[in-house]
Amino acid sequence: MKKTGAEILWECLVREGVEVVFGYPGGANMPIYDAMLSYPVHHVLVRHEQGGAHMADGYARASGKVGVSMGTSGPGATNLVTGIATAMMDSVPVVFITGQVAAHLIGGDAFQEVDVTGITLPITKHNYLVTRADEIAEVVREAFYIARSGRPGPVLIDICKNAQVEQTEFIYPEEVKLPGYQPVSHAPKDSLDEAVKLIEKAQRPIILCGHGVLMSKAEEALMQFAVKTQTPVASTLLGLGAFPASHELSLGMMGMHGEVHTNLAIQNSDLILAFGMRFDDRVTGTLKTYAPRAKKIHIEIDPSEVHKNVAVDVPLVGDLKTVLSDLIPLVDEYDHEEWKKEINAWKTEADSRSIMNWEDDGKLYVAHLIGDIWKATGGGAIVTTDVGQHQMWTAQYYQLDKPNRWLTSGGAGTMGFGLPAAIGAWFAAKDQEIWAIAGDGGFQMTAAELTTAVQEGANVKVAIMNNSFLGMVRQWQEFFFEKRYSAVNMLAPDFVKLADAHGVPARRVTKREEVDEAIEWARKTKGPVVLEFRVEMEDAVYPMVPAGAALDQMIQRPAKV
Amino acid sequence: MNYTFIALVENRPGVLNRVASLFRRRNFNIESLAVGRTEDPEVSRMTVVVDCPNGDMDAHKIEANLYKLVNVIDVQDVTRQPSVTRDLALIKVKVGPEKRAEVNGLADIFRARIVDVATDSVIVEITGTEDKIEGMIELLRPLGIVEMVRTGQVAMTRGVNDGVRRVPGVNGHRFEDVSELAEMTP
Repeated sequence: MKKTGAEILWECLVREGVEVVFGYPGGANMPIYDAMLSYPVHHVLVRHEQGGAHMADGYARASGKVGVSMGTSGPGATNLVTGIATAMMDSVPVVFITGQVAAHLIGGDAFQEVDVTGITLPITKHNYLVTRADEIAEVVREAFYIARSGRPGPVLIDICKNAQVEQTEFIYPEEVKLPGYQPVSHAPKDSLDEAVKLIEKAQRPIILCGHGVLMSKAEEALMQFAVKTQTPVASTLLGLGAFPASHELSLGMMGMHGEVHTNLAIQNSDLILAFGMRFDDRVTGTLKTYAPRAKKIHIEIDPSEVHKNVAVDVPLVGDLKTVLSDLIPLVDEYDHEEWKKEINAWKTEADSRSIMNWEDDGKLYVAHLIGDIWKATGGGAIVTTDVGQHQMWTAQYYQLDKPNRWLTSGGAGTMGFGLPAAIGAWFAAKDQEIWAIAGDGGFQMTAAELTTAVQEGANVKVAIMNNSFLGMVRQWQEFFFEKRYSAVNMLAPDFVKLADAHGVPARRVTKREEVDEAIEWARKTKGPVVLEFRVEMEDAVYPMVPAGAALDQMIQRPAKV
Repeated sequence: MNYTFIALVENRPGVLNRVASLFRRRNFNIESLAVGRTEDPEVSRMTVVVDCPNGDMDAHKIEANLYKLVNVIDVQDVTRQPSVTRDLALIKVKVGPEKRAEVNGLADIFRARIVDVATDSVIVEITGTEDKIEGMIELLRPLGIVEMVRTGQVAMTRGVNDGVRRVPGVNGHRFEDVSELAEMTP
């Protein structure tokens, strides 16, 4: 039977298991929106396409499925760009579908025409320009396959308006034919043997657990490997939750704002086992002095990440879960008691400086608030953040024991991510508690999505950590620019009134003794809620490895006088 | 040092742009790039010469990144492999009748050909390795080169040898073979 291109699109989306799309209609995608009414897919009307992109991203991260976000041509598509780049940097599977002007108008600067495939070429895993209806089924099938397989990532499909309305025979392609796209799963046996030899010799091994552990669903394999070899596990920002924070082998976060003992352990290790992570500059510090005595084994699905930043001794290219499952039977059991004791001594020393030991001094500290939210939610909520100080404090103090509950923009560092990502996550996990932790700066970037949350009844709790500064930039100016504050003083609207105008219940909290009650109130109140915390203005995130410094050259929190 | 890669890519619109954009994005400098059809109408072949200041490490990066492009089927590094490389140049030299014989003589030595003669200029066509073409250019320059065009280098390994494939996983496997390693169940 013949169908229009728009109908074929929805036929394919439904077959891919798509239940919800986050989008915005416009001139060039109206046939798609018209056809949508006949299909069992829920559409979330966002307030800005960037919000829709982050929602699809949050949905994908929380559900493990492919998210879908839509926009029209021109500005609709360019508004998606930040969200696409965010998904690309963090390897999140999202399919973006944009309308495009009719094929015969392309190149003529037609109304709302923008070269979207050109713009998004470097920030997508792959993209397509569809000019005919009979291309759509194959392209959609390929797009979902590419987005979710191998190293996942965003794929964009730009569909010309004529292709949406043309009629053609709908034939659903049985299989995907991509001769140039063959993600590998197993690593070669001789490389595994080389890795085993290094593991045998190691006295001070450490696992660096990255986002790949979650993407590959390798949490259990990681646990088996770590326990069998008694190897401590440090995590990247995006790897948090892949290994339980409360486990005795867990070292918490590494890197620029990582734990002191964790960074010391990396620098003093003799074997690094990098699992699904990419040695980003935020976790290595300067490469000149990075883990100087360590041999390195890198399990990674993307060959271009191998040797990219850090040359490794044994690369194991393949799917992490598969490679680990192959590797576990080959390794012996170890105890590494001495090494663990050494790390523990560093930890005890570092813990003595922790802000968590501070008594209430009448001020609100974000670290304490995160700890309070963690306690109230039993550490089990899905937590999203924006980017900056509050993000680092949340990473440090919302200690996760379970995977896929920590949604944050790591690689791209996109402010404004938190609220829309939380709304997207709600569609993936409606029975779960969801908290969006935001700064006063980032929240204002995508605050318009509060209305989306109301319209959809999204049960998300927003905690705005308001220090009236762009806190992380202020911190850098304090540390590295002689406290010359430049463009970081930020006037914010009255967040409680703003929430009220959106029909969102809200409270302002200024004292520590009000905190627990406010959190409980937010948890009990149905639907979106905003809590504004007026926090200490000039607190800094510690420890901190200054950009370009060695990983063990950390600025630590000054002892409280 | 310059490295020479052969890339087989799907013959589709926009693939050249994807490859060129990749080199720019990853901060590599293309010395020359030649694209053309192959015996298979669905496959195009690129010969890319790239400056690799960090030697094999850069070559690995280039190969691995090329494979990230969905439309790239196979990549080989033929830099150190026994291979035939050719570049074609058309060189227009400003000479009147009195010096044509001189140009003709040079062309003979280099096995080049005069392919056009005008009253005040001739066009020389030369095919060969880069060195040979550079040599010819040096000798023609004093006579007055007014225009020149080069195709960029094309390369083919000799005998049954393939080029080097460094990328783990894909390493050494043509795409027909690699499927046993791949999980193709979407």
